[in-house]
Amino acid sequence: MSVLDSKIPEGHISQKWTDYKNHLKLVAPNNRPKIDVIVVGTGLAGASAAASLGEMGYNVKAFCFQDSPRRAHSIAAQGGINAAKNYQNDGDSIFRLFYDTIKGGDYRAREANVHRLAEVSGNIIDQCVAQGVPFAREYGGLLDNRSFGGTQVQRTFYAAGQTGQQLLLGAYSAISRQIGLGRVKMYNRHEMLDIVKVDGKARGIIARNLITGAIERHSGHAVIIATGGYGNVYFLSTNAMGSNVTAAWKIHKQGAYFANPCYVQIHPTCIPVHGTNQSKLTLMSESLRNSGRIWVPKKKEDAEAIRAGKMKPTQIAEEDRDYYLERRYPAFGNLVPRDVASRAAKERCDAGFGIEANDTNEGVYLDFSSEIKSKGKQAAYAQGIHNATEEQIIALGKKWVEEKYGNLFQMYEKITDENPYELPMKIYPAVHYTMGGVWVDYNLQSTIPGCFVAGEANFSDHGANRLGASALMQGLADGYFVLPYTVSDYLANEIRTGQIPTNTPEFDEAEKRVKDTINQFLNNNGSRSVDHFHKKLGLIMWNKVGMGRNEQGLKEAIAEIDQLRAEFYKDVYVPGSADELNPELEKALRVADFMELGQLMAMDALQRKESCGGHFREEYQDAEGETLRDDENFKFVGAWEYKGSDINQSQLHKEELNYEFIKIAARNYK
Amino acid sequence: MSKSVLLKSSLAKKYWMALTGLFLCLFLVGHLLGNLQLFMSGEEGKRAFNEYAYFMQHNPFIKILSYLTYASIIFHAIDGYLLAVQNKKARPVGYAANKPSANSSAASRNMAVLGTVILVFIVTHMANFWAKMHFDKMPLHSMTKTVEVPVGQDPMTGEVIKKPIEITYYLTTKGEYKEQVYKDPSSGQKQEVFDVKDETFFIDKNSGLKLGEGYKDLHSLTYAFFGQDRSEVGYKANEYALIAVIAYVISMLVLAFHLSHGFASAFQSLGLRHPAYTRLIKGFGQAFSIVIPLAFAAIPVYIYLTK
Amino acid sequence: MASKYININLKIWRQKNANSKGEMKTYKLDQVSTDSSFLEMLDQLNEQLINNREEPVAFDHDCREGICGMCSLYINGRAHGPDNAITTCQLHMRKFKDGDTIYVEPWRAKAFPVIKDLVVDRSAFDRIQQAGGFVSVNTSGRTMDANAIPIAKIDADKAFEAAICIGCGACVASCKNASAMLFVSAKVSQLALLPQGKVEAKERVMNMVRQMDEEGFGNCTNTGACSVECPKEISLDNIARMNREYMKAMVTAE
Repeated sequence: MSVLDSKIPEGHISQKWTDYKNHLKLVAPNNRPKIDVIVVGTGLAGASAAASLGEMGYNVKAFCFQDSPRRAHSIAAQGGINAAKNYQNDGDSIFRLFYDTIKGGDYRAREANVHRLAEVSGNIIDQCVAQGVPFAREYGGLLDNRSFGGTQVQRTFYAAGQTGQQLLLGAYSAISRQIGLGRVKMYNRHEMLDIVKVDGKARGIIARNLITGAIERHSGHAVIIATGGYGNVYFLSTNAMGSNVTAAWKIHKQGAYFANPCYVQIHPTCIPVHGTNQSKLTLMSESLRNSGRIWVPKKKEDAEAIRAGKMKPTQIAEEDRDYYLERRYPAFGNLVPRDVASRAAKERCDAGFGIEANDTNEGVYLDFSSEIKSKGKQAAYAQGIHNATEEQIIALGKKWVEEKYGNLFQMYEKITDENPYELPMKIYPAVHYTMGGVWVDYNLQSTIPGCFVAGEANFSDHGANRLGASALMQGLADGYFVLPYTVSDYLANEIRTGQIPTNTPEFDEAEKRVKDTINQFLNNNGSRSVDHFHKKLGLIMWNKVGMGRNEQGLKEAIAEIDQLRAEFYKDVYVPGSADELNPELEKALRVADFMELGQLMAMDALQRKESCGGHFREEYQDAEGETLRDDENFKFVGAWEYKGSDINQSQLHKEELNYEFIKIAARNYK
Repeated sequence: MSKSVLLKSSLAKKYWMALTGLFLCLFLVGHLLGNLQLFMSGEEGKRAFNEYAYFMQHNPFIKILSYLTYASIIFHAIDGYLLAVQNKKARPVGYAANKPSANSSAASRNMAVLGTVILVFIVTHMANFWAKMHFDKMPLHSMTKTVEVPVGQDPMTGEVIKKPIEITYYLTTKGEYKEQVYKDPSSGQKQEVFDVKDETFFIDKNSGLKLGEGYKDLHSLTYAFFGQDRSEVGYKANEYALIAVIAYVISMLVLAFHLSHGFASAFQSLGLRHPAYTRLIKGFGQAFSIVIPLAFAAIPVYIYLTK
Repeated sequence: MASKYININLKIWRQKNANSKGEMKTYKLDQVSTDSSFLEMLDQLNEQLINNREEPVAFDHDCREGICGMCSLYINGRAHGPDNAITTCQLHMRKFKDGDTIYVEPWRAKAFPVIKDLVVDRSAFDRIQQAGGFVSVNTSGRTMDANAIPIAKIDADKAFEAAICIGCGACVASCKNASAMLFVSAKVSQLALLPQGKVEAKERVMNMVRQMDEEGFGNCTNTGACSVECPKEISLDNIARMNREYMKAMVTAE
């Protein structure tokens, strides 16, 4: 028996959660105010958890490093949120959402968790509408849906290209209400720097007030970590600049296992890198793939001419264009899942067909000209113009595109200074989402009792690849509909504990750890900035633990990161002092954790000798370059146990994945 | 509804600004319509204007309106002052580089300054006209005619001997011209028919009975103020008429700017905004802000130029 | 996109902390790619400062794609710089010329005190939100079905257009009165337009306006600067709607 007990309840998949909930322990309303709960992170998962627990009557303390809970990076999600409402009557159901998510995750997610997610998905939409989230509607006044990659139904609810923003602001309004009522105490501009365990249980955190630099002790009967993903380990990603792994990594170091760190989602449609000073990559919504066709030149010399600026893409004849997704995946075409689309772009660029004039030539075209023509024709017909001229058609088509994607096109033009109505967009994959995360059981509890992990920070629902519009669903499901039950069950045993003092040796020790690290950085007096090392780490990660991985590269990465880490501690220079707002210090503390995590990611990728979802091992592909899963040997969750600062000593534990209700099969989008 | 909400809330303050402002716009229209009569000179114009001025001063309904106007001016000014002070306090440290012209009109940003200038104008304007009208002993509306009066008969020829006599008539509120002064231009001898008491009342010298009431001659006052000599009815031409005209025109320009933002802004403050009507309101506001001050300003300019 | 490099002069507000006095300081920065965003230019400056053992400039930023509302900066006299409908993180250096002098200042408002350099405290916005910017509905998953109340598309769209406010504070920064009306009215409007929010519309608008006034923001004089500088182009319609809502609430208060 593995040390990992997933605590999946017995029973039929459709009844597990209902039955389980019915038997969970409760805390009576009069006891709840005696119990403190700490929530770290206020994105969709954190804000919804804090709000829900506050409503129940617990004393909630919520922490975020931003200046307001409303800034969490959930806000940047564009496309939508899935829910099995079947409002469109196209055959959707809880089971189908469950099935699509498992399949989309390349059969590396836990069945029971995913089914629960699908079950509560409808409640999320109800809840959000009740909160005043302005989802898109049809003229009849009912909610509109659209479709997303990897599915054949329309189950995505959206609010133009700002669904994440609207959902987060909904959760923010819920937590704001609780703050106003005094049930949630909000700590803005605070960063959790360690967890405090007493008798093995999570009992508090050490947080740094980012304005004053004060190191604060906060105690609680349970700690919820909802601090998002770790994509910034690559330096360049679609994550926010502040997104970090520190909270998750600190609990990992204190005993929480870290699962599947190698599962990273590379989003296919981002604006390509422009230069060495670039700080971040910008996503262009997946919804664009509904209308845009992806291509590169068929001839290498054309690609070269374009890169040299001697040729424009519009000068390349139709027959000289390679619509490689349509060529390789005729059934799904440009709407294949993200991992598939990303890899195909990399394959073409590696083969020398990239069109972007940057150091790596990495870029492909996302072309709207066909759509402009076909929609223009439709529009002309609708207006009764049956012999429309070419110009009329194009003008009408552009208008259609503008109505549908206007804000995205505008954003693209602001960044690149190119007009996407005239020239095809240049795009390239970029790190976007991390499916891996802290290992949690069915209760979303980590291997530290009393420490729960929610949202992107945990590993549980997306397997090896996340489908579009599922992250928002998971964050809110965890926060609104799972944690309130499972945390209460845990807290039922805490009603007699009383307030937890913070003047104990455990808090002393944790605070000392934090202060020592801070002082070490400030007194280091090296010669290089934090960013210098972060960029180096990012390059190693992108080149060797990125879209395509192989044994040799991974081994090199492990060694290089080891070396970089040593250099970092020796030569990093952190200006300023500990008792003030010091962004460089914040970055140093985060990058220190990214270094360790990066190494673990490479190790995890190395042990996983198969290709699945976002994890592509070049050794394991079929003749057509498709992923080759090895269900016999790798149908498990790889959960790592921290064994000291030498990451190479980390120990792998395996949680076998059992598929009782879904027939496991090769993923096929052809 | 608590008092503090009515007076202190930032939104309520705006409602008051808007309501008083719009009321004052109405006042401007009324005032202008009256003033336009100043374009008529001659006895007819003078009479029309002075009758109008009397009416404005004595009609009870107009009186209520005028008190409302005074209150609006005072409230608009005080409320505006309070808002401006509060607004100033809301940004204790300013910008080293600021380019507000990129996002807003100069008029909209300077309402308080414009308003202060207008207030100064109103005070001087009232001192020059309103206060005189209300508190000063002003020459009354009169008309002097020279009449050949028979003073006797030529004993030789039997012809009637006439002598020119200047007769000054006072217009009464009943609309009749009453003879008041006889003057012999050659001897300079004067004879008054009745007394004028309490500024405007005609009192019989013997019986002390009230014979009627005269009109204060605001028309002539105004003409004299802006440069035309009206010594014959007791108003000397203003030495500084040119300055007065220029100051008046400038004040109207300031008013124009104030209105160009204020008119539409008042509707916005009251929440009266609708895609179908807002353009109309804005357009009307712009027209209003040009036409009204322009017409006001034309009057003194006309008077000055026709002297 | 042809990359070009420009040399610029920067005049940046430096202030050690909330209690100290600040001043404008001048920096020279060479070899700035015109493809860089404004914040990447500041990264570059900070790298230069760090290498010279000088204190880097503190500024707020996070998502760098124009949605989190964290970045601010008053650049050459305008909130979020010389371009419309974008945040500072979306402003690119191609908007500047070689040899330009660029002024960079924090948002200025009594209600947004400076924390350090270009970083200001915008928690006043949070407190306004906490005073009433929500629908009082608990999490249950047992609310009515999302499609139970049809909402006219036009109302849903208007609510959405108000709801896209990112709370960056550009409206306050560019308003000559440092008024927060656009921000507050966006939230009031969003919820007033939806049946779910109408139930407590009166309390909401009264409470949010009260909190807004208490925070020390100035009053609205309808200059319209806020809407012009708003990165999300939130309309003045919302302010008018809030004025209506407040009046309704005021005259019918019990």
